[in-house]
Amino acid sequence: MEDIGNLFHGFAVVVQPYNLVLMVVGIVLGVIVGVLPGLGGANGVAILLPLTFSMSPTSAIIMLSCIYWGALFGGAITSILFNIPGEPWSVATTFDGYPMAQQGKAGEALTAAFTSSFVGALFAVIMITLVAPLVASFALRFGPPEIFSVYFLAFCSFVGLSKEPPFKTVASMMLGFALGAVGLDQMTGQLRLTFGFETLLTGFDFLIAVIGLFGIGEILLTMEEGLSFRGKAAKINLKVVIQTWKELPRYWMLYLRSCVIGCWMGISPAGATPASFMSYGIAKRISKRGFNFGKGEIEGVIAPETAAHAAGTAALLPMISLGVPGSPTAAVLLGGLLIWGLQPGPLLFTEQKDFVWGLIASMYMGNIVGLIVVLTCVPLFAAILRIPFSVIAPIILVLCAIGAYTVHNNTFDVVMMLVFGVVGYFMKKTNYPLAPMVLAIVLGDKAEESFRQSLLASQGGLSVFFSNALVSTIMTLGLIALFWPMIQSGLGRLRAGKKGVRVAE
Amino acid sequence: MSNDINETGGAGPSHRGVEIGVAVAIAGLAVIGIIGATRVGTGWSAEGPRAGFFPFYICVAILISCAVNLTQVLRTESDGAVFASWSQINKVLQVVIPTAVYVSIIPYSGIYVASALLIAGFMKILGRYGWSASIGVGLLVPLFTFVAFEKWFLVPLPKGPLENLLGY
Amino acid sequence: MSAPIKILTFGVAACVGGAFALAAAPAKAWEPTHPIEIIVPAGTGGGADQMARTMQGIITKHNLSKQSVVVINKSGGAGGEGFLDVKNSKGNAHKLIITLSNLFTTPLATGIPFNWKDITPVAMMALDEFVLWTNAEKPYKSVKDYVAAIKAAPDNTFKMGGTGSKQEDQIITVALEKATGKKLTYIPYKGGGEVAVQLVGNHIDSSVNNPIEAVAHWRAGKLRALCVFDAKKLAYPDKVTPDQSWADIPTCKSEGLDVEYVMLRGFFMPPGVSKDEVAYYVDMFKKVRETPEWKKLMSDGAFNTTFMVGDEYTKWVTDAEKLHQGLMKDAGFLAKTN
Repeated sequence: MEDIGNLFHGFAVVVQPYNLVLMVVGIVLGVIVGVLPGLGGANGVAILLPLTFSMSPTSAIIMLSCIYWGALFGGAITSILFNIPGEPWSVATTFDGYPMAQQGKAGEALTAAFTSSFVGALFAVIMITLVAPLVASFALRFGPPEIFSVYFLAFCSFVGLSKEPPFKTVASMMLGFALGAVGLDQMTGQLRLTFGFETLLTGFDFLIAVIGLFGIGEILLTMEEGLSFRGKAAKINLKVVIQTWKELPRYWMLYLRSCVIGCWMGISPAGATPASFMSYGIAKRISKRGFNFGKGEIEGVIAPETAAHAAGTAALLPMISLGVPGSPTAAVLLGGLLIWGLQPGPLLFTEQKDFVWGLIASMYMGNIVGLIVVLTCVPLFAAILRIPFSVIAPIILVLCAIGAYTVHNNTFDVVMMLVFGVVGYFMKKTNYPLAPMVLAIVLGDKAEESFRQSLLASQGGLSVFFSNALVSTIMTLGLIALFWPMIQSGLGRLRAGKKGVRVAE
Repeated sequence: MSNDINETGGAGPSHRGVEIGVAVAIAGLAVIGIIGATRVGTGWSAEGPRAGFFPFYICVAILISCAVNLTQVLRTESDGAVFASWSQINKVLQVVIPTAVYVSIIPYSGIYVASALLIAGFMKILGRYGWSASIGVGLLVPLFTFVAFEKWFLVPLPKGPLENLLGY
Repeated sequence: MSAPIKILTFGVAACVGGAFALAAAPAKAWEPTHPIEIIVPAGTGGGADQMARTMQGIITKHNLSKQSVVVINKSGGAGGEGFLDVKNSKGNAHKLIITLSNLFTTPLATGIPFNWKDITPVAMMALDEFVLWTNAEKPYKSVKDYVAAIKAAPDNTFKMGGTGSKQEDQIITVALEKATGKKLTYIPYKGGGEVAVQLVGNHIDSSVNNPIEAVAHWRAGKLRALCVFDAKKLAYPDKVTPDQSWADIPTCKSEGLDVEYVMLRGFFMPPGVSKDEVAYYVDMFKKVRETPEWKKLMSDGAFNTTFMVGDEYTKWVTDAEKLHQGLMKDAGFLAKTN
């Protein structure tokens, strides 16, 4: 196959020492921006972009895409160590990653997260290599109803998961939707729920809510229990990596499923966030250890991380072939392509072979280099937990404030962050689950938008959500996921009836 | 986490009272949401739902679930469980109050000065560290963030009189 | 107010002349002392964002400023977030905002307390064009075919996709409705790139994408350019597709569809900045316009490269505001006072 030849040519370009150095620089920088709240891959890429104009486009894209990988890896670190997800798709990683860190298993959690990211990304790159043209045409089939059905599936596979009282879950999730609705209504261009306050114009950004609810709320809870981090005894040598690795192959089925979910979400324009939630939700339903999810289960780290990274990687394909960026970082990368005179679009694959295959080769290499870099740093990251609480707590508070501020460069958001923190403390103490609320803030307005776009197109007919095979399938999957507990108990009863044994639910 | 109901004892506000308070507060937000939604139209026009349609029904759903939660709390007898003991609440306030002061002075002092004060104060008073350690960390962290954000990543953070004096 | 030409010559003399001019001039020409922020009142990846980031690259690469340039997206509230930020940064000479039509449409549609007169005009960098696109698989070879098809079908049969609600794309759509006498279903999306992809995927029937948003799909033969909403044809005669150049696209008016619209891509500064400070940026922009990278961006996006500063620019913006007020009022897009 000609493509494979191109790929090897790409590898030859990528492994030049100069490019390898750029790669390491990119990864390290990416990890740094991924860890510091308020900075994302977009910042790293934007800052370095001007520096890359003197390089060849291929070298430049190698370095920039490595920032992207680094930032993806780095996002998991704060989620696991401090319960503060820096990106929407790291939220699901906190559910089990943070409890693991508290139990002194930060090293395991980080290793699992990094390795899963790598596996997800690698799977997606292989898919891109093999079926790139097919994938691009698949993405084109997603109109508003299809996109809505994907969000619907994400919600359905996630709700009903918590052990908290159902009406508290509903209240929490609906509150998330309501908060997400504040600001400009995309569909009518009207402001809503702002009550004339200029500061509410931008709505409640997910990041501010999450930093408050998860990050600050957690500090308050820790404070209440006395000045100590429970996970002090973090192991700090590299053995933990090897030990965790020995365990991981057992979860090959989980990996495969998460990769598929991730790739599929990445190609559809929905992206990494629904992928991570969906993967977590489905893993929890299917896993034998589902009862332990949320309490520090390694599968609960593997599932969202694998899916998020498979999606994040697969999403680069629609970006280069259709010119639609899936994330702010991708958008800045896209801007870079334009400046180098490369026009993202269907023709890039035929007109700029060197560049495209160089990029794909750098995806392979970048992820390998990235994995090595972050894994060697695992002990270092885990050691952060050894810093006494009275030192690390104010530093986390400061970093949270910076993170909240940079979302809109607005000091009012820092105040909101603290309000969310106190709210999070009360909600957690009174058994209101926070995860559904965050999911609703993250995806609520997008789901509403695609729902209303669909209805506009269909002139108000709801049948549009079952109008073709693709959308019907996804909607049906969503309904199955929603009623899964009932279906499961029904199946259980059927089986029990046959055997004559009553299965305990 | 199993410490929802505090077993360590000690007097404090009742868990029941706080439950009621949280439910009422959420219901209050829902009422505000309903008022806001009615202002932009809650109907279903020819082109599908209007701007206030979803917020309206979402807030109605919140109200209903709050009502259910509230009746559940009210129906159960108070078991005397406390939400948290006063000493625990005291500890929580030890973080909330300095942080509240911190976020409220950021617009005036800039984030770096405020952060230095927060870190040093927190370490000195709550962590009982010596002056040198407290001030050392208190200065180093803002200095590092300054270099990282303003110099490397060119992300401007709020600055106050001190930074102006130094020419920023 | 001195004439724009004077401001320009002053800026050029002070900056290009360098140290010699400075030695002669009684007052030192203004120069930025810390990083310059460019606010983009739109999301990442859109036309304004691309232009701002390209300029960031150009300024850095050609060393046009001693200070670095930072691009900040403030897209909340249809850009209202960005406009209010600039309005509230009185006297800050290190802040610029790149505008699009939401300079006029956002305050009118949302009622936020902002008017372009609250900020200081600097320069018009270009005018962005709008082209009527359809999917190449569809049988409409020309505007006439398409309009005939719209007229033949019942109201709301044809779906028009566009960026945002009650903004430029929807204004053009309303104008099309007037011209054809039929209602179109307008579906708002977040960004122009997304609209183009939806059109390629046949989820909508047409779009009024800016050239740069749709050019990649046009070149790949997925889209057909029916007409351009400007008084004259585009000025780029090089072939873009195998058989067409930008200049080959007829104007909508010449095809019997009397709709014209162009969009401002210009810069403003916060209120209360001095003439020297404005002059510095005007001069910098003039240098930006001379670079090959800028010229490439202009030809890739088939921009109308009109450059305006000073009174001329202010007058253009004043006229554009009046135009938008009329258009928005006719379309029923004005915010209800609440």
